[in-house]
Amino acid sequence: MSTETMVPTPVETPRGMDLLRFATAGSVDDGKSTLIGRLLYDTKTIFEDQLEAVEAVSKARGDEYTNLALLTDGLRAEREQGITIDVAYRYFATPRRKFIIADTPGHIQYTRNMVTGASTADLALILVDARKGLVEQSRRHAFLCSLLRVPHLVLCVNKMDLVDYSQEVYESIANEFTDFAAKLEAPDLSVIPISALKGDNIVTRSDAMPWYQGPSLLHHLEHVHIGSDRNLTDVRFPVQYVIRPQSSTVTDYRGYAGQVASGVMKPGDEVMVLPSGFTSTISGIDTADGPVTEAFPPMSVTVRLADEIDISRGDMICRPNNAPSVAQDVEAMICWMDESRPLTVGGKYAIKHTTRVARAVVRDLNYRLDVNTLHRDETATELRLNEIGRVRLRTTVPLLADEYRRNRTTGGFIIIDEGTNRTVGAGMIVEAA
Amino acid sequence: MREVVAEFERPVLLFSGGKDSIVMLRLAEKAFAPGRIPFPLVHVDTGHNFPEVLDYRDRRVEQLGIQLIVGSVQAAIDAGTVREPGDGTRNRIQTPVLLETIEKGRYDALFGGARRDEEKARAKERVFSFRDEFGQWDPKNQRPELWSLYNGRVHAGESIRVFPLSNWTELDVWHYIARERIELPAIYFAHKREVVDRGGMLYGVNEHLPLRAGEESFTEQVRYRTVGDASCTAAVRSDADSIDKVIAEVAATRITERGATRGDDKVSEAAMEDRKREGYF
Repeated sequence: MSTETMVPTPVETPRGMDLLRFATAGSVDDGKSTLIGRLLYDTKTIFEDQLEAVEAVSKARGDEYTNLALLTDGLRAEREQGITIDVAYRYFATPRRKFIIADTPGHIQYTRNMVTGASTADLALILVDARKGLVEQSRRHAFLCSLLRVPHLVLCVNKMDLVDYSQEVYESIANEFTDFAAKLEAPDLSVIPISALKGDNIVTRSDAMPWYQGPSLLHHLEHVHIGSDRNLTDVRFPVQYVIRPQSSTVTDYRGYAGQVASGVMKPGDEVMVLPSGFTSTISGIDTADGPVTEAFPPMSVTVRLADEIDISRGDMICRPNNAPSVAQDVEAMICWMDESRPLTVGGKYAIKHTTRVARAVVRDLNYRLDVNTLHRDETATELRLNEIGRVRLRTTVPLLADEYRRNRTTGGFIIIDEGTNRTVGAGMIVEAA
Repeated sequence: MREVVAEFERPVLLFSGGKDSIVMLRLAEKAFAPGRIPFPLVHVDTGHNFPEVLDYRDRRVEQLGIQLIVGSVQAAIDAGTVREPGDGTRNRIQTPVLLETIEKGRYDALFGGARRDEEKARAKERVFSFRDEFGQWDPKNQRPELWSLYNGRVHAGESIRVFPLSNWTELDVWHYIARERIELPAIYFAHKREVVDRGGMLYGVNEHLPLRAGEESFTEQVRYRTVGDASCTAAVRSDADSIDKVIAEVAATRITERGATRGDDKVSEAAMEDRKREGYF
């Protein structure tokens, strides 16, 4: 399910279908656009007027077949240059599940876009060309997915038709990847041999590869278990907005609105409010449709407390015996996203973490990580666009933080340049004290 | 929505009368309950409205007790700040009026009902879409959006368009309308209407869209899938006279809602992209 705090999760259908968000990654010629086009086409998500437009363009360009990749090229500059600039979002549904694809381009801006796409993904799909096997970029993508803690990873060995559907080729790639992934604390991993162009193992199992006993890609996407990826243990409720209506009909109402980041809250639970540390009891949990008996992620609710405590936006409701760190010194992995200015030691920035905004100074750059070799360069003095490194930050106000590996919502933050207001970096907390 | 209200000085909700903005209004109502919606509505009135939609707008404003601000295209034409296009459609000249309304009200955040599934230029739109002081959208100068952390910082004069329905599809919108039992203007459901066939699209004949020489009108059972300016929004043949039937129809349809009903997007492959750059939402 989505973990967004502000965007309402698309509504559940009467059948209670759930939602899987996945990110795709691949090098330029791995057939990623074709695969997405194929998924949309085979699930009948593509509309006739879109298909007609693509057919017309294909014909005009002299393509031999209708180029499904054109379905996913959005902006004019991209079509003219034949590249993808930015993360694009696509939607499709089957009778079992709804899907949101974050389609990330495989060229120069890959790291920034890949990190953005992976930050909200339940699953990442990495494509390799069966003829070429694993390339530097496949390893980089797998590493970024593990850094962003995407819970499920699928390696699609594409273009199997061009290697005569060879089991040997497939197995050598699958083994090599599994070995590599083992070093990454990789989450749940699957490998599927496919041909996006021919449709092998996309929707149904292919007759061309009887040796493959696993599910088709779509079957896997429909059935992969994501319910247990949610953290239902640690109660974390960042206060987004205090609802205190000033009207004659409603008096004395004071509720703390937000989205449950993790854990389960119930009326009667004893809670602690950070950073103040005051404790109270939940007297009620409200929604616009009436009170509820429990709240869990990704529900947006309004919590009322038994005692009058001074609480404002940016505070966090948790349990007295299970609380995040209240920390001004933070160690984090940073992915730098600004092309004009690098991150430097001593640099001052604004950071947004849950619903809290703080200023921060970079105290130290421990190392810069080579995302291809995982080599740590401890002599590095700055992080440029698309570079990743471990830094130590000191913040003006304490962050209410968990380790990112334990909690993607309370462990992630963005870095904002106070001059340009641009989002210049993404951070994942390793340690907070 | 709460995030925007908490972080911006002067947010507004752009209300077109379309089903997406009607859903937005419902979400706003729920987000701040039991309090009132803490921002006004802005409607850019092209002067070519469906009467059912204006009626609906005024009733909701009254119910919710919120302020309505109208930016009038007709007034701008009368004042000479924009010129009526030769073809009589006013979609494109909405943009300068919208920008003028924003500037006058010094609004820094504008909620819109746009969805990424509508059109390919919108597939790359952000939830928080940055606009410079001219209201322009630069696809290369957008902020990456990680997790659910949105960066709403702007300098004076700049603004953010906020699209909370970004990840909804047309079907999601209809399911939500059904679940919440949201009342819609009647033109969304099948009814008999005098229409004219222009280039394969059925346009309702009305005072803003008179018959041209040589055209003949006829009566057809239709409904509107999208509702915008009455001079460029087409109807579709339909028997769907209830929400359930509309959902069944939308689930089975093979043509996008913009492709089926919007004369303005057919101008060129990049029509939407160009309008967005100028400040359309």
